[in-house]
Amino acid sequence: MTITEEIITEAPIAQVHTPGQLSQLDALESEAIHIFREVTAELERPVMLFSGGKDSIVMLHLARKAFWPAPVPFGLLHVDTGHNFDEVLAYRDRVVADLKLRLEVAKVQDYLDDGRLSERPDGTRNPLQTQPLLDAIEEHRYDALYGGGRRDEEKARAKERIVSLRDEFGQWDPRRQRPELWNLYNPRHRAGEHVRVFPLSNWTELDVWRYIEREGIELPSIYYAHEREVFRRDGMWLAVGPYSEPREGETVETRRVRYRTVGDMSCTGAVESDAVSVADVIVEVAATTVTERGATRADDRLSEAAMEDRKKEGYF
Amino acid sequence: MSTPTLAQNGTLLRLATAGSVDDGKSTLVGRLLHDTKNVLADQLDAVERVSRERGLSGTDLALLTDGLRAEREQGITIDVAYRYFATAERSFILADCPGHVQYTRNTVTGSSTADVIVLLIDARRGVLEQTRRHLAVAALLRVPHVVVAVNKIDLTEFSRSVYEQAAADIRAVGIELGVAEILTVPVSALLGDNIVEPSANTPWYDGPSLLEMLVELPVTSETEAGFRLPVQYVLRPQGAAVDPRYSEYRGYTGQIASGTVTVGDEVVVLPSGRKTAVAGIDTADGELPRAFAGQSVTLRLADDVDLARGDLISAAADAPEPAQDLDAMVCWLHDRPLKQGQKVLVKHTTKTVQAIVRDIHGLLDLETMTPQPTERLELNDIGRVGLRLGSPILAEDYATSRRTGAFLLIDAQSGDTLGAGMVRGQQAFSEGAAVQLSSVVNWDI
Repeated sequence: MTITEEIITEAPIAQVHTPGQLSQLDALESEAIHIFREVTAELERPVMLFSGGKDSIVMLHLARKAFWPAPVPFGLLHVDTGHNFDEVLAYRDRVVADLKLRLEVAKVQDYLDDGRLSERPDGTRNPLQTQPLLDAIEEHRYDALYGGGRRDEEKARAKERIVSLRDEFGQWDPRRQRPELWNLYNPRHRAGEHVRVFPLSNWTELDVWRYIEREGIELPSIYYAHEREVFRRDGMWLAVGPYSEPREGETVETRRVRYRTVGDMSCTGAVESDAVSVADVIVEVAATTVTERGATRADDRLSEAAMEDRKKEGYF
Repeated sequence: MSTPTLAQNGTLLRLATAGSVDDGKSTLVGRLLHDTKNVLADQLDAVERVSRERGLSGTDLALLTDGLRAEREQGITIDVAYRYFATAERSFILADCPGHVQYTRNTVTGSSTADVIVLLIDARRGVLEQTRRHLAVAALLRVPHVVVAVNKIDLTEFSRSVYEQAAADIRAVGIELGVAEILTVPVSALLGDNIVEPSANTPWYDGPSLLEMLVELPVTSETEAGFRLPVQYVLRPQGAAVDPRYSEYRGYTGQIASGTVTVGDEVVVLPSGRKTAVAGIDTADGELPRAFAGQSVTLRLADDVDLARGDLISAAADAPEPAQDLDAMVCWLHDRPLKQGQKVLVKHTTKTVQAIVRDIHGLLDLETMTPQPTERLELNDIGRVGLRLGSPILAEDYATSRRTGAFLLIDAQSGDTLGAGMVRGQQAFSEGAAVQLSSVVNWDI
């Protein structure tokens, strides 16, 4: 099924449940829809962070459901490292056109070109996204940013609120995070502050894949097994491309791989896989012995608190 | 590695853990994650490495729940951390509530969404004041199930009498607090006894392991109570509809707070009091013949009624009365104390109104379950408060409905969440699990 088909309106009569027994995916879906409606109703200028990765794609699918038959009442913001997979950019542009969404792109490359930022010695641009992100928030006066972060990803995220307050510098202050009770969310903030909102907080990687299967959601092809020229670095398979050249002593091989996460191409690792369908991926994810970020994100391995540090500075 | 566990049609259980650091709560949480094979190799590697660096003889599973660097550096604890694990039958969201004496706030937060609270006690120390406080909070928040894990049973040479004494003591406290049913299990979080598999070290215990209990507990949603849908967002797409067929569409969205609704049901729209019928129950996946508590749906109504966010669609038979004065139990969550005369915002379901604190009737002493006179509520205090609202809300007794009986107190200026409120009921103390803690207390000070 493709995204151009009207997945939602053509679906048959929805599943009927026994009262009191929402399935796990239905409970998570209901919670996410509730969060979208609640924050969108209370704030003025929400926007959704959209990278073309599976979590942001699932998030957009949920937003469509939350407001159907009205269109999604906010636009998308892509913080672009410039180190992109072609398949992912093509997917992004197709979604935006099909759903007639507004898309803002904040480009790390612009900052490098005019010297506001400079390349890191290790070449990764994931940490460089923070400044363009914060500038876009200020420029467009966004007051809520929907993000696809999940609490199971990483321990700094395990303590994140669903509605997370950021100060006027975009910083996350653990002391100022509000207790969240029942299904009552509190997105109030002072002028200049904003909230980050994580509708997928309670989803695991496996939940996301099961939901993709159930809903027939299309993903960029790099999530499924394909042949690619890769080389080994820091225990990961990195793609040979314009942003990641093998160094001396690193041998290029053709391997059958897929991606578990999508980020800066220069530091996002592929995993060896024969999973060509969603069902294959679910079996693979259920049996995996390594976390998603541990397997594929060089930048998260930099230190024990790498994610925590970036969050504090205003990262996603 | 075991066979992949695919909880395709599994249910979701939300659990909160409470207990002090010394009771071995972090070890228990680590053990649950580890023994259900929800800890992956890179996480385990990291824990083994840190265990070695700290000179420990074995792998300390408590490190799986180790805090953030900011917490260690600043000596603070962020209220609740969330962990995820799954078995073939069920997925779990675990709210790990740090257990210092003063942190009532954490247990309140974790309990508010929990289907079950797992309380830890140290077998050698038995029921402590803190155990009472945690159980009292669980009772106040009306967590549907309570499991008490009597931990460190290995350090009592797996003594049956020690376990039975602890179990009897906690049940006695439960009766005092109006908690009708408490499940107990002897465990060693350190060694894994009775966590996932029944242990050979406790042949005298023939009950289920902790995990077996958690897998089998019924998940209850409030489907028995009357139907309530707080209106969250009105969908009127007009010309922007995703399909021209829906340009005249008007639907009222919300997450059903309690009860069930069937197409054709007579409902009343509040506060206007206008009666109408449910013409359709929509989701993006199609129409539903009926829906129940917990589902996010969109209702179409038979008549053209004026409705906005903050209004309530209710079963006509037992609709709540608008109330402008609230008698409520309030857990204070903020550093700045609550005082009489203070102005706050009250967020109840999808409606936020202004309020003034008219009275602070007293502070609940969780050790003695007696009220104490007070001028103010400090951080972690629980008290009985009278509020006068700027406009009426459709609040119900928290003992009847956790969703329509709960509210937040919010600071209008900073937006900070100040407190958690629960509307007090008037019912007598005899109704088993449905009893609200505050009604156990004699409030005549």
